[in-house]
Amino acid sequence: MLAAILAATPLMGQSPNYGVGRSPTPEEIKSWDISIGPDGRELPPGEGRAVEGKEVYTRRCADCHGSEGQGGDQGEALVGGEGTLDTPKPVKTVGSYWPYATTLWDYINRAMPFDSPGSLTHKQVYALVAYLLYLNGIIEEEEVINAQTLPQVRMPNREGFVPDPRPDVGRTDQSQKN
Amino acid sequence: MKDRTAKDQPDSSKPSRRRFLKSGAVLAGVLGACADSGNVSDSGPRTLGDIPSPYGQRSTYEKSVRYTHLSDTPEAGPSRTPLQDSYGILTPSSLHFERHHSGVPTIDPSQHHLLIHGMVDRPLVFTMEEILRLPSVSRIHFIECSGNSGREWTTPEPTVQRTHGMLGCSEWTGVSLSLLLSEVGVQSEAKWIIAEGADGCKLHRSIPMEKAMDNIVIAYAQNGEAIRPEQGYPLRLVVPGWEGNTHVKWLRRIKAVDQPYMGREETSKYTDLMPDGKARQFTFVMEAKSVITFPSGRDKLPGPGFYEITGLAWSGRGLIKSVEISIDGGQSWQEAQFQEPRHPVALTRFRLPWRWEGQEVTLRSRCIDETGYVQPSREALIEARGLNTRYHYNGITAWRVSSDGSVQNAYA
Ligand code: HEC
Repeated sequence: MLAAILAATPLMGQSPNYGVGRSPTPEEIKSWDISIGPDGRELPPGEGRAVEGKEVYTRRCADCHGSEGQGGDQGEALVGGEGTLDTPKPVKTVGSYWPYATTLWDYINRAMPFDSPGSLTHKQVYALVAYLLYLNGIIEEEEVINAQTLPQVRMPNREGFVPDPRPDVGRTDQSQKN
Repeated sequence: MKDRTAKDQPDSSKPSRRRFLKSGAVLAGVLGACADSGNVSDSGPRTLGDIPSPYGQRSTYEKSVRYTHLSDTPEAGPSRTPLQDSYGILTPSSLHFERHHSGVPTIDPSQHHLLIHGMVDRPLVFTMEEILRLPSVSRIHFIECSGNSGREWTTPEPTVQRTHGMLGCSEWTGVSLSLLLSEVGVQSEAKWIIAEGADGCKLHRSIPMEKAMDNIVIAYAQNGEAIRPEQGYPLRLVVPGWEGNTHVKWLRRIKAVDQPYMGREETSKYTDLMPDGKARQFTFVMEAKSVITFPSGRDKLPGPGFYEITGLAWSGRGLIKSVEISIDGGQSWQEAQFQEPRHPVALTRFRLPWRWEGQEVTLRSRCIDETGYVQPSREALIEARGLNTRYHYNGITAWRVSSDGSVQNAYA
C-alpha cells in the first residue's frame, strides 16, 4: 500500500518519496543562511577596522561587557585571560579560549547585542570583530578584517581542543566481560 | 538593558511524599509510629463540583514548581525540574526544565518553515503542515543539560532540584531526521549537519552526520500534545542521549556541511577544560548517572520507620542495567528494584524499601548501564578531570540523613 502511495509522481521541487516541500530560491537560502564556518567561505562582502569597531562597541556593547571588554553585571569578559587555562583560576575569553576568529563574526552577527540580536550591519560586525581581536592583542590596530583576512587570523588557543576521550572514568563492570 | 533585580524564587522542596506521610490515614495505620492522622469522617462535598473544562489544571493544593534563579539577563538561563516531587519516569511538560540563550520566542506555526540545504541534491523548505503529514515516530527519552549538576564539581547545592533539575524525560513524537535527509539527498562530502533555531540568538550546533542518520527525531509533540513554547514550539530536535544543547529548539534550518562549524556553543561553551589547559570538545554523550530523589536534600523525615527510597537513573548510551544503593556511606551496596518496562536512553525509576532506625546515615545510589559503565564517585571524577569544567558531571550523590531526620547534600 505504501508503494502505491509513494508511486504518485511528486510535483516539481517536491521531495521524491513523499511529495512534500518546495525548492527554495537561491535568494531565500542566502537570506536564511547565516552559518559561517571556520574556512570563512560564507563570509559576506564588507570590512572593518578596530577604530570603527570601538565606536560601535561603545554604543552597543559596553554597557554589558564593560568599556574595554573587561566584563560587567550583564555580560561576560571578552578580553584577557591568556596564560590562565592551566591554572586553578582559568579565565576563558575570546582572546584566551576561542579557537577560531570566524566564530566571533558568526556569533556577534547572530546573537549580539543580547537585547537586539540581528540588528548589526555586516560592516559593523567586521569592525566589532577587528576591535575585539585588537583589544586581545591578536591583530594590530590598523589591520583590516574582511572575508579574506578573517579566516587567516590565528587565535592563541587554536590548538587548545582535543576530542572526547570518554569513558575516562567509570570502571567497566567486570560481570559484563564474562 | 533595563534594571533587573535578581529574583531568587524558593524551590519547591517540600516533598509531597512527606505531606502524605503526615496526613495519610491509610499509611499512618501501617506505619504506627506516624503521629496524628486526624479524625476521619464522611466529609465529602454535598454540592455540585466544577463542570468539565477545555484545558485541565492541576489541583490548587499542588504547589510543585520549577526552580528559577534569575540573573540580570534571565533570557539566558535555566529553570529546573522539581525532581523531589516526581513520580514514575515522565516529566510533566509544564515542569520540564528549560535552558534558553535568548528567551522563548513566540512562533505562529503557520508562518514557521524548516529549510534543509547545503551539501544536498535538492534543498527543500517544509511547512509545519507538511511535516505533520509525514510518517511519525514516538520515543521516550531523557534530555539533560550538560551543565546539569555543574556546581557539584566545586560548590555542591542543597536540593535535588538544584543539583539534578536540568533533566526531564518525555515521550517525543515527530519525524525521523533521516527521513527528511533522504528526501533532500545528502551528498557524500557532507559529514556534519548544522541545526539552527529560530530564537533571538539563532542558536546552532554542529552534529555528526552519522548521528543525524541514526536516531534523531524532529519532534513536534511532547507527552501527547504539541511541544510547549519553552520546549521549542513548534519544532525541535531530540538527539537521544546527547547533551541538551544539541536538541535545538524552534528548529528552522538544517545545513549539510563538510566539517563542524565551531559555533560559540561548541567552543566557548559546552567544552570541558582539563587541568593541563586543553579542553575536550564535542563531548556529546551524557554518561550514566543516578540520583536518589527521596529522601533528598532539605527533606525532613518525621521519625524512624518505613520509607521507600526512590530515585532516577539514566544513560545516554542505552539501557540502565542495575542500580545499587548504599545506606552505610558506600561500604556495602544493595540492588534496587526497577519500575518496568525500562526504556533505553530514558529516565529509569528505582525503588528500595527501607526502615530507618533513627541513626545518622548517608544514602548513595550508583548505576551501571548496558555497556558495563559504572557511575563514578565524585572523587574519581575530580581526580580524572580536575575542577576547571562545569559540564558533564555524573558523579555519585550522597545525601546525609541526620538523627533528627533532616537531609543534606553530604558534599555541601
Ligand atoms: C544587554 C547586555 C548585552 C549587550 C548590550 C551585549 N551583550 Fe554580548 N553577551 C551578553 C550576554 C548575557 C551573553 C551570554 C549569552 C548566553 O549565555 O547565551 C553575551 C555573550 C557575548 C559573547 C560571547 C562571550 C563568550 O565568551 O562566550 C560575545 C563575543 C559578545 N557577547 C559580544 C557582544 C558584542 C560585540 C556586543 C555589541 C554589539 C554585545 N555583546 C552586546 C550580554 C550583552
